[in-house]
Amino acid sequence: MTTVDTRLADRLDRRTGTGSLLRVEGLRVRFGGTEVVKGISFTARPGQCLAIVGESGSGKSVTARTLVGLTGANSRVSADRLDLAGTDLRRTSERAWRKLRGSRIGFVLQDALVSLDQLRRVGDEVAEPLRLHGWGTRASRPAKAVELLRAVGVPEPEVKALQRPYELSGGLRQRALIASAIALDPPLLIADEPTTALDVTVQAQVLDLLAAAKERGTSIILISHDLSVVARMADEVAVMRDGEIVEHGPAGQVLHDPRHGYTRMLLDAIPSEHTRGTRLTRRPSRATVSEAGTAPAARTRRPVDRDRPVLQARHLTKVFRGPDKVDRTVVDDVSFDLFGGETLGVVGESGSGKTTLARMALAILQATAGDALLHGEPWSALPPSRRRPLRRRIGVVYQDPLSSFDPRWSVGRILTDALGTATRPPRSDSEARERAVRLLEQVGLAARHLNAAPLRLSGGQRQRVAIARALAPEPSVIVCDEPASALDVSIQAQVLDLLTDLQDELGVSYLFISHDLGVIHHMSDRILVMKDGRVVEHGTAESVFERPRHPYTRRLLTAVPRLGSA
Amino acid sequence: MRKSIRRIGFKVAASVVVIVAAASVTFFAQLAVPGDRATALMNLQTGQDKAWTPEELAPLNERYGFDDPIAVQYLDYVTGLFRGDLGTSYTQKRPVTEVIGGQLLPSLTLTVAALAVAWLLALGITLLTVKRGRVLSGLGSAWEALTASLPHYWVGVVLLVVFAVQLRMFPIIGGTSAWGTVLPVLTLAVPLAGFLGQVTRDEFVHVLDQPFVTTARTRGMSDLSVRLRHVLRHAVLPAVTLSGWALGALVSGAVITENIFGRPGIGQVLVTAVNTRDLPTVSGIVLVVAAVYVVANLLVDLAYAVIDPRLAAAGAR
Repeated sequence: MTTVDTRLADRLDRRTGTGSLLRVEGLRVRFGGTEVVKGISFTARPGQCLAIVGESGSGKSVTARTLVGLTGANSRVSADRLDLAGTDLRRTSERAWRKLRGSRIGFVLQDALVSLDQLRRVGDEVAEPLRLHGWGTRASRPAKAVELLRAVGVPEPEVKALQRPYELSGGLRQRALIASAIALDPPLLIADEPTTALDVTVQAQVLDLLAAAKERGTSIILISHDLSVVARMADEVAVMRDGEIVEHGPAGQVLHDPRHGYTRMLLDAIPSEHTRGTRLTRRPSRATVSEAGTAPAARTRRPVDRDRPVLQARHLTKVFRGPDKVDRTVVDDVSFDLFGGETLGVVGESGSGKTTLARMALAILQATAGDALLHGEPWSALPPSRRRPLRRRIGVVYQDPLSSFDPRWSVGRILTDALGTATRPPRSDSEARERAVRLLEQVGLAARHLNAAPLRLSGGQRQRVAIARALAPEPSVIVCDEPASALDVSIQAQVLDLLTDLQDELGVSYLFISHDLGVIHHMSDRILVMKDGRVVEHGTAESVFERPRHPYTRRLLTAVPRLGSA
Repeated sequence: MRKSIRRIGFKVAASVVVIVAAASVTFFAQLAVPGDRATALMNLQTGQDKAWTPEELAPLNERYGFDDPIAVQYLDYVTGLFRGDLGTSYTQKRPVTEVIGGQLLPSLTLTVAALAVAWLLALGITLLTVKRGRVLSGLGSAWEALTASLPHYWVGVVLLVVFAVQLRMFPIIGGTSAWGTVLPVLTLAVPLAGFLGQVTRDEFVHVLDQPFVTTARTRGMSDLSVRLRHVLRHAVLPAVTLSGWALGALVSGAVITENIFGRPGIGQVLVTAVNTRDLPTVSGIVLVVAAVYVVANLLVDLAYAVIDPRLAAAGAR
């Protein structure tokens, strides 16, 4: 394994014509009795970007932290070779590590809201590496911090330097975090999920910033769960699974001609325009008798019933009054029709009013103006007592199912509780159990999950239980609010496949909300694009994605990371 | 800036309302004591226990205004409050402000010093022991749990016996000298330090796991600097909130401590006043303690806004 990787490294060395900055061979990390990184090897080169891609639990973040000597308590690190420009990192003392961190190796963590100290000024945070490594004087450092903020494209850097992280937007915070990491122009920059939790347009800007550092000759190690994000700037890609690198090579080869089954599976699982109407997973996610064996990749869709909309929004508007007595229109005059068996996608960046729209459609939130109709009948305008019997016709699946379950309830109890609201509630305990098991089988789980606690289930299993619960009262509409956004890409693929399978089987309609354009494109028949509470564009998936008319839609589409750009 | 001045002005006004409310409660509590006040006062002054004739009681009624309608008496009391007049002590026949005034400073010195020492002990132990290996962390939290559960009178007696009686390092009756203040301050500070330490430790452990701490380490910061420059500021917030309450609680602890060490202070005055049913003095002390609470909480609010500007931002928004 090691010799193969060494040969690969040498081959890449020769091809790129650059030497190595960081050389890692046979790196192993164990916590207590479990080995989480199992002998991996890679090389980082000046002016090049190495992407380490993997799903949660693959050991990619532990690897990143090991490279700055911060693996964590109770960890044991061993390696055949761990060299940073001639320094043997295996024999580096804590004191020597402190000299390397910040000056020779920069580190960018995800989500700057929690990665910057909220109580300190942005300028002080950016200047901290300067102070720690004795750059300049107390008087000269603030000016340098402002200069660094300007270099990463923060507008009005003098003002922002005096503000605190919570006063900045997510994108500006992430820029400030990068500014602090590159303050001393370290030759190696490690970015651990630097764009997770950012909107696509902001994500594109942050990636451009890293690309600019690469142009200047910085060696970048980019850690991500998302292959399409790394496609934008990686020169080399290493795919990690369970602490091992399963595939490693030039980005173009790994992304377009993957050799390993796992890489292929990850690539297939990315929803995009190419995956429309097909399954994202190769094998069926649930083995019913009819589907056992090799399922066809294409969907067999039920015809959409265009006679009468099952869910209709008419001029829905929501105004929230802030504590400063200023009214903010969060959703502004939004209308849509959702027909039987159809998926209507709602896409927009954070703060665009997607979730507020969903809550009004569900009649959980009172609209300021306008109303929602269910099966052509009044719905949101009804008094709560008359609305309650109709609730069973509309279900909901949230991003984080755990917070919508009572953590003390078993899966069986969650489902029988939901079955109680059905048109035909179960007449006996045994019937309730039988129907709960049937629901679990429908979503790819089994009777043995009845007694499980939601806390013990994996993220994907929890989302399956949430879908089963939404299906229990046999609704005609399910509102899905970012149903797969918190899941790993392979699990996301399974959940999305499950939703499309259920639609083909039951003819249920989805109001599908997501910030992810790939997911929206994969799932939706028609699409609403929202910005600042307004629908700026709507139409069929093809027309919105292929012939976008509104400049905002065009901007969104160009910002979407694509595999093809590698 | 103007917003924060307005916020402070609002808080001060609210504090005045709280003190007037406390005064009203003590005033009506005096009325609620069964029996005629003039008779009770006469019995107290003469040491007898009998019914007095209206003629005998007239001078007292005249002097203390017991014959006036309740509303007038109440107004007199509240307006007197704003002039710094807390009434006249029944037993000492001096203004209550004078009775308390001389004793207030030693008590305040004791409580404020105790709070400061408690903070120093709590922070020192937290900084040195949190997440420093199992043995040290265990010792730190055991020490905090032990001291937090000790009552003041026990700590006071033990300190007195060990350091003053046996080792003769400190005077047994120290008065208000600096050397004599050490043991009373420790008596109050040790249990409070345990309590503040427990609260700070929980928060400290939580903050040490935050991503921004990792970020600071990746910049090359040493463990001690990370603790001092980043974690500490976040970790003290809950204990700062509790300090307003703690200062008030220290005043009641001071009553016991002053007794043990024979130290002058309002604790002694309060005990005497309660024993002799000197209601104006008791009410006066209650008001002073209420004022200390109010001022302490005002200071806590200000300190909190300085440490965590997010709060002020949220209030101003």
